Amino acid sequence: MSDKEMQVHHKQEVQQAGEPTKPARYFVPAVDIYETEEAVHLLAEMPGVDKEGIEINLENDTLTITGLKAGNGEGAERVVLREFETGHYQRRFSVAETIDRERIEATMTNGLLKLVLPKVEPAKPRWIEVKGG
Amino acid sequence: MTLTRFYEQPGFRNPWADFERMRRDFDTLFRGWPGDSPGAPGATVFPALNVSEDENTVYVRAEIPGVKAEELDIAVEGDTLTIKGERRLEAGTGEAKGSYHRREIETGRFSRALTLPGRIDHQRVTASACNGILLITLPKAEETKPRRIEVKGA
Repeated sequence: MSDKEMQVHHKQEVQQAGEPTKPARYFVPAVDIYETEEAVHLLAEMPGVDKEGIEINLENDTLTITGLKAGNGEGAERVVLREFETGHYQRRFSVAETIDRERIEATMTNGLLKLVLPKVEPAKPRWIEVKGG
Repeated sequence: MTLTRFYEQPGFRNPWADFERMRRDFDTLFRGWPGDSPGAPGATVFPALNVSEDENTVYVRAEIPGVKAEELDIAVEGDTLTIKGERRLEAGTGEAKGSYHRREIETGRFSRALTLPGRIDHQRVTASACNGILLITLPKAEETKPRRIEVKGA
């Protein structure tokens, strides 16, 4: 933990290959990815997204995480100061390790998505006993 | 303006040229300063804030994913709102258990002060956090609310 004060990192918009049909904005969520012996852990910042808005898709070693923002109730209010923009989130990763798809776990707390991607258990070495004749 | 044009004539060396250039450089430097144009992100201190208001209330929103409600300290003093807190990601994550591939989420302490656009009723300020977005509702003080003045007929 550092004593340095935290800085704002402005959101980057997703550079999509095609033009989206819906006029929605997608941002790149900041992530932490770390790997342990058993699993790959992923943390993604998705403020404003609730549990229902999360879509996780693992296809051909490409992991796509999408967070669809719920309405924030900003209706007839007059904007005084705007320092951050709101929108949906999307990010893609290519996953090198063989992931056990059946056991992927996702939890959403305080706008932080936590994803655990367990690795497929490697073939355990088996000792073969040689029986004496 | 005519003076500037006169100086710009070819063959005439403008003694203020260097100052002119300096002024232009400063203009470029300060472009994108907060408050320069609405919608321009300018803040560098965490968390970034969106402030809006309606007739009776000022709303302050901040994106603070991963910050627990008990780690937040919000105070109003005069017309200054301060938001302090700390972001700690779960203990036991990170180096102790594995190796990082990417590390983009910052942790640590933050403190932000904001001058409110008007007087507010300190007693009725509320704050709530939902899905990583903090919403502080600051009801305006009675005397600053718009008052309709009726015109009496003769």
